[in-house]
Amino acid sequence: MDALEIARWQFGITTVYHFMMVPLTIGLGLVVAIIQTIWYRTGKPEYLRMTKFWGKLFLINFIMGVATGIVQEFQFGMAWSEYSRFVGDVFGAPLALEALLAFFVESTFLGLWIFGWKQLKRGVHLACLWIAVIGSVFSAYFIIVANSWMQHPVGVEMVDGRPVMTDAWAVFTNNTALVAVPHTLFGALGVAGAFLLGIAWYHLWRRRHDGIDVVGKDGRLVPGEAAIPGRDKADYTVWMKSLRIGAVVAMISFAGTAVTGDLQGKLMFEQQPMKMAAAEAACHDGTGFSVLSVGNLGATNCDDIVAVIEVPGILSFLAKGDFTTEVKGVNSLLGEYKEKYGTHLPDNPLYGERAGQEIQYVPVMEVTYWGFRMMIGFGGIAAFAALLALWVTRKGVVPQSKWLMRLAVFGILAPFGANAAGWIFTEMGRQPFVVAPNPDMNGIDQVFMFTAAAVSPGVSAGELMTSLVVLTAIYAVLLVVEVKLLVKYIRGGVASAMPELAHAKDSNNHHDKNDDGNGPDKSGDDVLAFAY
Amino acid sequence: MELLPTIWFVAIAVLWTGYLFLEGFDLGVGMLMKLFARNNTDRRVLLNTIGPVWDGNEVWLLTAAGATFAAFPLWYASLFSALYLPLLCVLAALIFRAVAFEYRGKVDSERWRNRWDWAIAVGSFVAAFGIGAALALTTTGLPLNANGDRVGGPMSWFSGYALLGGFGVVAFAVVHALAFLALKTDGEVRHRARRWFVRLVPVAVVPMLGWMVAVQFLSGKPWTWALVAAAIVAVVLAWQLERAGSEGRAFGALGAFIVCATASIFGAAFPVVIPSTIDPGFNLTISNASSSDYTLGLMSIVAAVGLPLVIAYQSWTYWVFRRRVSAAHIPEAHGFLPAIAAKVLVSKEPGASSHQSSDQS
Repeated sequence: MDALEIARWQFGITTVYHFMMVPLTIGLGLVVAIIQTIWYRTGKPEYLRMTKFWGKLFLINFIMGVATGIVQEFQFGMAWSEYSRFVGDVFGAPLALEALLAFFVESTFLGLWIFGWKQLKRGVHLACLWIAVIGSVFSAYFIIVANSWMQHPVGVEMVDGRPVMTDAWAVFTNNTALVAVPHTLFGALGVAGAFLLGIAWYHLWRRRHDGIDVVGKDGRLVPGEAAIPGRDKADYTVWMKSLRIGAVVAMISFAGTAVTGDLQGKLMFEQQPMKMAAAEAACHDGTGFSVLSVGNLGATNCDDIVAVIEVPGILSFLAKGDFTTEVKGVNSLLGEYKEKYGTHLPDNPLYGERAGQEIQYVPVMEVTYWGFRMMIGFGGIAAFAALLALWVTRKGVVPQSKWLMRLAVFGILAPFGANAAGWIFTEMGRQPFVVAPNPDMNGIDQVFMFTAAAVSPGVSAGELMTSLVVLTAIYAVLLVVEVKLLVKYIRGGVASAMPELAHAKDSNNHHDKNDDGNGPDKSGDDVLAFAY
Repeated sequence: MELLPTIWFVAIAVLWTGYLFLEGFDLGVGMLMKLFARNNTDRRVLLNTIGPVWDGNEVWLLTAAGATFAAFPLWYASLFSALYLPLLCVLAALIFRAVAFEYRGKVDSERWRNRWDWAIAVGSFVAAFGIGAALALTTTGLPLNANGDRVGGPMSWFSGYALLGGFGVVAFAVVHALAFLALKTDGEVRHRARRWFVRLVPVAVVPMLGWMVAVQFLSGKPWTWALVAAAIVAVVLAWQLERAGSEGRAFGALGAFIVCATASIFGAAFPVVIPSTIDPGFNLTISNASSSDYTLGLMSIVAAVGLPLVIAYQSWTYWVFRRRVSAAHIPEAHGFLPAIAAKVLVSKEPGASSHQSSDQS
């Protein structure tokens, strides 16, 4: 592999990894904030328990997002210095604004939330969480504004060979971003929904399995009590409510991603027609949506691809909203791209060994075709499972089937898969460009950059390989640690996040514990309500 | 002189100053986890002084880097790609350190805690050293060609200045953390921190002073030389105040030292953002490395509103958590009783004690 390929693998691995933590942070943060708000308004102890339990898992995951996020900001400069030089005038601003307006808010107010259970008034404490969650949404917005500019550059003029921002409003209200932001946020909610659903299902199943809960004659559940701290009747309510919230959130997420995804698809047919043709492995102009295409999708020409099952009209509907308009296939687009952006990479030292090579305008179709279908498929499965879960548990009973329980737990992975597949599709489908040309504006279609020119010229393949190996190894180790900790705390149940449930006796010398739902005591004697 | 690039040069210097001032003490506390703390209670006292704030402090780094990207893309691109391997070490260090803070207390086992303590201590050291080295090199020079790319291979950035800056920030962070602990803790830790501070400060600021003076010799101006003198006065003052038992003022005086230090360094380097050691003609300066006035203007407006806001709510955080932490505040560590794994155990012996848990191993 040469420097460019290593740098691309590194960016792909670190970004997909980072984006496992991020949607869970955004989605779960929002859910925890809503639950704590309900607790604030009703004072019911089960909502405090839910806040503490889901909050604990939220934090275990949050820190991984923070830690891996720094890599993202640094590696533009480290591995992609030519890219940074080219786009800095317009791309740097949203990144800087993200740090200044979103990260500061997120980290500072989350610190206040974690440590402020007793120092802050209940309302202020809740507000801190909301502010942190809103910060994370803003952070998503700024990052997607930056990414959308790579997908669809707007608001710039070329000055001395570099795009220079001339219209910040256009950059920050890029239509690509305006649909991608809600799409991403709904996608994040889907992750949180499946997470709640799977874990709550497991606990409910386990309570029946352990003989704590039994099913009454009317088919309804009779919650019981066990000797273990925290496994009382209220515990049942915690999990059943979590399950329902999770299922509803998952379905809202699917509806939201479907609507925004449709809008996004229609935009992409205009903005990056090649990406969408490659998503369909559609070689020839037509109207049909491919359900199954076989052949050598990796080929750079279309000769080997056969659409086995095709639904006529659907592709046109996805692209244009009717059933008859012909959508351009790879073969006709190829000619247009060559005419507009050249057939060969310029003979410029920036392109290294690739200088003068023929440009491959067709993205890797195995990735785009299956990435697109995995995104939709995983999303759909998760939503359907959520609907089914709501129906099955309508009487408050989770079936005793071990396999159903396993399915619910492994179902947590589906929305993660959908999120990852969606981003891989989006980014790989944009190739060979790192900044895709914008075809719908006058003159601006000369603002584009080939990925081959973006990598740092001064950095050796050896250095890149070192960082690829080091980062991948660290990430793998930390993934194991994170998952182990999550599993430990999940199995621990609510008491794992509320030691006061388990250690009521011996911790009272420092604290008045408050499982009674009255919230932080105001004695002010506690320096540490939450101690590292 | 271009106004907006100058403003952004100053803004970035301010962000680095904020970073060194704030994360300075939490990096130092991290290193002291292994140098200073004697037992687990000490370590938890240390951690809880920075617990609510370290993440917010670290964002100063992200903002400094992001602002450099936005305001001086060529500076960002050249500096970060030239220092590829050292920055990789910084990234690895920051990752482990952040995760360690959060995960250290999550399993009640000596081995587990010890590992994460090392992650915090080494992570803090490497991060402080790497960032110090990077700042020293951007103010003293890197082997850059006409395109701003590093020549001479992966280690060609290395110079004595890198060591000066690296040790400068490390040693400053340690004494800054001692001043912070004297201010933020009570009991034995507080007194020991004061004693250590008084003993270490005269030595600990030497490498940072070396870096300051080196930059003055390369590109100093009378007013930046004056700042070096002011920094020396500030540190002597901090030393005297700590000896007199005035912990708050001593911390403030050491803060004044780092402000004078960064001001003298960046002031001397101005208007060059990275000197090229190959040919002064390849120097990156605020004029040839900056973004357009439009972008800088937009960012100026946002920063003028945003930065004071950040300072306001971060100050509020320090106010909320203003009370001193001492060993007496540290609750007992518990392994929790897993609701599920320990089920069999408990149902056999109902009162089986709660210190039994699966994570003692």
